[in-house]
Order: sequence, then structure tokens, then C-alpha cells
Amino acid sequence: MKRSFVVFFSLLMLASLVLAACGAPAAEAPVAEEAPMEEAPVAEEAPMEEAAAEEAPAADAPASAEAQTLTIGFTSSITGKYEVSSKRQVNGFTLWMNQVNDAGGLTLSDGTVITFDSQTYDDESNAERVQELYTRLVSEDGANFLISPYSSGLTSAASIVGEQNEIVMLTTGAADDAAYKTGNTGLFQLYTPASLYMSSTVDMLKELNPGAKVAIVYEDVKFATSVATGIIPYLEANGFEVVLEEGYSPETADFGPIVNKITASGATVLLGGGHYNDGTALARSLYDRNAGLELVYLLVAPADTKFPELGDAALGVVSSSQWELKATHTEVEAGDLGMDWFGPTGEDFAAAYEAAYGDAPTYHAAGGYVAGLVLQKAIMDADSAASEAVKEALNAMNMMAFYGGIQFDTSEEAHGLQIAHKMVVAQWQKNDAGEFVLEIVAPSGVATSDPLYPIPTH
Amino acid sequence: MQELSLLLASLPDGVLLGFVYGVAAMGLTLIWGVMDVINLAHGPIISLGMFGTFFIFIKMGINPYLGLIPIAILGLLLGVVIYFVAVHRIINAPHLSSLLATFSVNMIIIGLATAALTTSPYNVDFNMGSFDLGFTTILGTRLIAAIIAILVTGGLYFFLYKTRPGKYVRAVTNNRAAAELMGVPSTRILALSFGLGTMLAAISGALIATFFPFSILSGGHYELKSFVIGVLGGLGNPVGALYGGLILGVLEGIIPAFMETSWVPVIEFGLFVVILLVRPNGLFGAKE
Repeated sequence: MKRSFVVFFSLLMLASLVLAACGAPAAEAPVAEEAPMEEAPVAEEAPMEEAAAEEAPAADAPASAEAQTLTIGFTSSITGKYEVSSKRQVNGFTLWMNQVNDAGGLTLSDGTVITFDSQTYDDESNAERVQELYTRLVSEDGANFLISPYSSGLTSAASIVGEQNEIVMLTTGAADDAAYKTGNTGLFQLYTPASLYMSSTVDMLKELNPGAKVAIVYEDVKFATSVATGIIPYLEANGFEVVLEEGYSPETADFGPIVNKITASGATVLLGGGHYNDGTALARSLYDRNAGLELVYLLVAPADTKFPELGDAALGVVSSSQWELKATHTEVEAGDLGMDWFGPTGEDFAAAYEAAYGDAPTYHAAGGYVAGLVLQKAIMDADSAASEAVKEALNAMNMMAFYGGIQFDTSEEAHGLQIAHKMVVAQWQKNDAGEFVLEIVAPSGVATSDPLYPIPTH
Repeated sequence: MQELSLLLASLPDGVLLGFVYGVAAMGLTLIWGVMDVINLAHGPIISLGMFGTFFIFIKMGINPYLGLIPIAILGLLLGVVIYFVAVHRIINAPHLSSLLATFSVNMIIIGLATAALTTSPYNVDFNMGSFDLGFTTILGTRLIAAIIAILVTGGLYFFLYKTRPGKYVRAVTNNRAAAELMGVPSTRILALSFGLGTMLAAISGALIATFFPFSILSGGHYELKSFVIGVLGGLGNPVGALYGGLILGVLEGIIPAFMETSWVPVIEFGLFVVILLVRPNGLFGAKE
């Protein structure tokens, strides 16, 4: 009895592992109750969001004005491997919502005053939970609009629910191109697509060392695989030799054998990573083993303000960033490009975010905020909160916010794909006081520092 | 040729890590051996050991290896508490009861720790340097962890075979009813055994934290490895667990030399099933 039970248990585990190794992204399944997200603190003495203030003449509205509260539905990864980035994304969105509501909401030309409410659940960083919860958000909670969960894998699962129910979903934290090439019409991407994530870094590398040998080592999940394999043709077109290409399981803890492989391949540059947890473990292992790489580029993890907790292992690590305060976009830039400027300045957003959460905003937070801002602009442009009207406004959108340009592909082949937003390359360096600072190192037009190349060994 | 050099580079790493895996598995297999309970709270207790190192080193500035002493004591006490609260009343019940009881403890620990510590990864920025052997680099933290793992195993062996409480543990393992007739206080011995199991889990977690970032969910990964090691070494055979840990560590070192790393768990668990089918008492025999 005992033996047969253990054998059965083992066979189950083996079957699941085989499936995981064959490419299906594994998801952690921590146990947690579904819990409505706590309201984020409202910024005290935060600079008032400009656009919200402009669109908030609630007191001046006609006496007959109707009030309408729109429910924005989304899940967040309160637990699990996407927790760090997901929480920041939700913080950003919640800040936008609080600012708009505190300013009295949005007033349409017919006097309707629109305010916002959010409904959210913990998806546990688990794709299966996402489909179940987005269905609940739509069918039981009556969500009027949806924001994506964090990560391409979860968004891919959620987008099906949004599309089936014809509800507009703004995606943030979801860069994989594939979801926008499946005929969706209500999905709108705010991040630069994954296929373009590393191109600025490759351009920078071409200037630094055109003879670099590159190892591509990435987390075996949708987003990271898309970014890492997508850059190989661009690397080869630029004359770089790719000496190693390898995926690793999302559950990998010991990166020692992988670092040994990188070293044995003769690579001088590493491009790869995946998300926060594996990225920090890989960076730590590279440092502990003094891998001697001249440049280390990792996805996602280095863009977080927690990354320097790794100590010297963080030094010199490069990442792409959707937004950095040091390279924030401005109204002047929007004017030069002939785009509509909308929303607060990057400095105002950062000050409000810090006042609300006590931490500097990362690009994940900016992405969350801008998801709200883009929805706000679309409702104002449409002069309606009806889903079809908002969808049309999004299709016609060509705006710039502190976060950068926002314009969506309207072709049938790639509807909703972001086509105006550009990324920067950021690197952790040390200032004169020996403190870690995230400097912009490319493109050169917005760089705040020269790249640290090669990164120091110890 | 490249595979061979890669193999030589990764093998020592695997061996050193294997000793630490062995300590984690010893905790699981000791509890199974003494009381036929699969402790599904093993993973979060490993995680708590990791956080013990984090708080002792980062918050209090105490060397992580000195910190092992309070972590071991707290691990022991926690195990005794878990035993009396969740395990003692169902010790003679069918296996499903003890599985559910320890799974509940697992849920409680993860829930509380998630509320207090979140599931974000933590890092202990601690480095003991490294030295080059020509074909590989040995990390100081892994070498010391392996030495400590060997010492802990030796200590456990000494306790079980050379001390009176240890002999009681073995007596209860072999035949609880007979041991009780001989005057062995079986309840206290069972509690002590459960405490020793959790102590070993906490120690292994504390050692792992010196070289990998971790979260409260990380322990589950090592719990699964402990199952494999327990079966390899023989369920209920704590010393066999150390050998099992070494085998697993070596596999993790050599498999990536020949194929993608994502195949490592598949092969590990494949071996797990094969051993269960072909040699269910493990490579080194079951209960001693």
C-alpha cells in the first residue's frame, strides 16, 4: 500500500516534469487565498496629476450630470515568482486611479462624470488561475475594462477571456509579440515588443566590441524565449558570433553548471535572463564564479530598484528599460515629433509615486500608471466609456506621455502591437560615494553615462 | 572534449552541493524512518532556515556559520512544537491523515511567511572567496557548507549510535511497542525525532542561503529533491540520505555537460521512479 502510493505520487511528479522540460512554462503554485488588493495609499502632498486636474471640473459640471463608476479588472501576482514586478505595476495603476478620482473624475461633454474603481485578485503567478479569475472579473464583477496581469505568459491566458467577451484590455508587463498576432482586436500593448528588447544593446555592443562572442542563456518561458531567440538573427546580421544558446527551467536555483557552460563556450558577453528571481540568482552565480564576462545583459531583474541588494554582483549588469526617470520623455519632444502630449511630467509622476509608496518608481510602475493614463486619454478622445468607442480611440491614438510614445499597430496581422515606444539601455554603476546608481548608457542621445565595459572582475 | 572539461568543471560543484542536499534529505528520511510520517512541511522549514541566515547575517551582522547554532536550536524547538500540535494525535492514523496534517502546517507557514516576508527573493550577500583548481573554480561557501554537512552527519551518527536518547530513537524506529515495554518514553522520543528532522531541514536551508537567493517558496524545490534522495538512499536511512544527496549532486553537475539543464529534473525523477520500482528499499537499504 505504502509503496504503491509513493510510486503513484512519483509518476505524477515525473509526468509533470517531462511536460515542463518539453517547453511548457512552469508556474509556481504557492498557496494563497483570493484576496482583494488593498487600496494603495493616496499620495500625500503629491503633485497633482496635470491631465486629471484639467479633466476634473466635477464641481463645475452641470447639476444634471450623471455619475458613472467604471470597474477596471485585473489580477496581480501578490505571491509567486512575478511578485516583485507585478506589485510595482499595480502600484503605478493604483496611483493613477487615485489621482483621477481625487481630482473628481473625468467629465464627458454630456456632463457625465466618470470615476474608477478596481477589482483585483491574486493570480499567484499562475496562468491557470489567470483564466479563471479574468472570467470571474468579467462575468461576476462586471469589469468595464481590463488591465493585463504581469508577464507575457499570464497575459496570453488572460487575453483570451478579454477577447471572447469583447472587452478592451490594455497590456502592460507583457512584451511577447505573439499575443498580438492571433487576430485579437481588443488587446493594446504598452511595452516595446519583445522582438525589439535587445536591439539597442546589440547596437551599443557593436560600438564597444564588434568581435564579441555572445552566449544567449534564457529562462524557458514565453517572454524570455521570444526575446532571446528573436535577437539571434540581428546579432548575426551585425557580425557577432553566437557561441552558446541555452534555455533553463524557471525553477533553476543552481546556476553553477550553466555558468560553467558559458565559460567553456568562450563567450565574452552574456545576453539573457528572464524575470526577477532567476535573474538575481544568475547574476549572483556569475559574480561568485568570477566568470570574466565583459558585458552581462539580463532581462527585467536589473531594472528593479531591489537589484543592488545583490551587492557587487549587481555592478555592471545591463538591462533594457521601458522607462527611466533620467531619460524621461517631455512635452518638447512630443511637439518635435508631432505627437499629442498627455499626462504629468516624469518628475511629477516620480514624486507622486515616491510619496505614495516610499520607493522610486521602476519601469513596471510607470507601465502600470500609463495603462491608466492611456485609458483616460481614450475615454476623453472617444467622449464615451463605451467599449467600441474606446477601442476606436485607441486605434487612432498617437500620443506621448512621460513614459514615451504610444501608438498601436492597426493591421490585421499584428493588431494592438506597440509601434511608437522605444526602450533605453541601463546599467548598474557606482557613483563617487560608492552607491549603486542605474545609469542610462544607450542610446547615446539620452545616455547619462558611458558604459562600464568591460565590467570589473574580482 | 568540451563535454569532458565541462564535466570536470561541474563535478566538484555537484559533489559539494550534494552534501547539503544530503542534510536536507536526512531530516525528511529520519522522520519517515522513526514514525512513518511524510513531512510535507519540510520545504517551508528549509526556507525558514534560509531566512534565519538572512536575519542573523544581514540584520544582526553575525557570521552565518555561527548563526547555524541558534538556527539549529530553533529548528529543533519548532519541530517539537509541530509534532505536538499537528502530528502526535494522528501518529497511528492512516498515512493520509499525517500527509494532510503536515500539509496544513506547510500551508500555515507559507501563509504567515508570505504575509510577513512576501514571496520576493532575498539575498545574503556573503562571500568566502574562491580558488582555482585549473579545470574548475571552487567556491568557499560551498566548500564550507559541505564540511559542515559532513560534520552534521557525523554528529547525527554519533547521536543515534552512541547516546542513550539516540538508542531510544533507534529502538522506537525498530519497534515502538517493544520499546515502550522496555520503558522508552516513546512520545518524547517521537517529538525529539521530529525536532531533529526539522533541525536538519533548517540547517540545510541556512547553508543554502549562503550561496543562492531564496524566497519562502524556495524550500519546496529542495523538499522534492529530498524525496528523490530519500528513495535513492533508502527511506528511513539517514546516513544513506547523505549518499543519495551526493548522487543527486553529481547528476546535477554532469547532466548539463551533455544536454540542456531543463532536463535535469526529468532525469532525477525518472531515476526516482526506477529506483522505487526496481529497488524500493533504496540503494543503501531502508530503515536501520
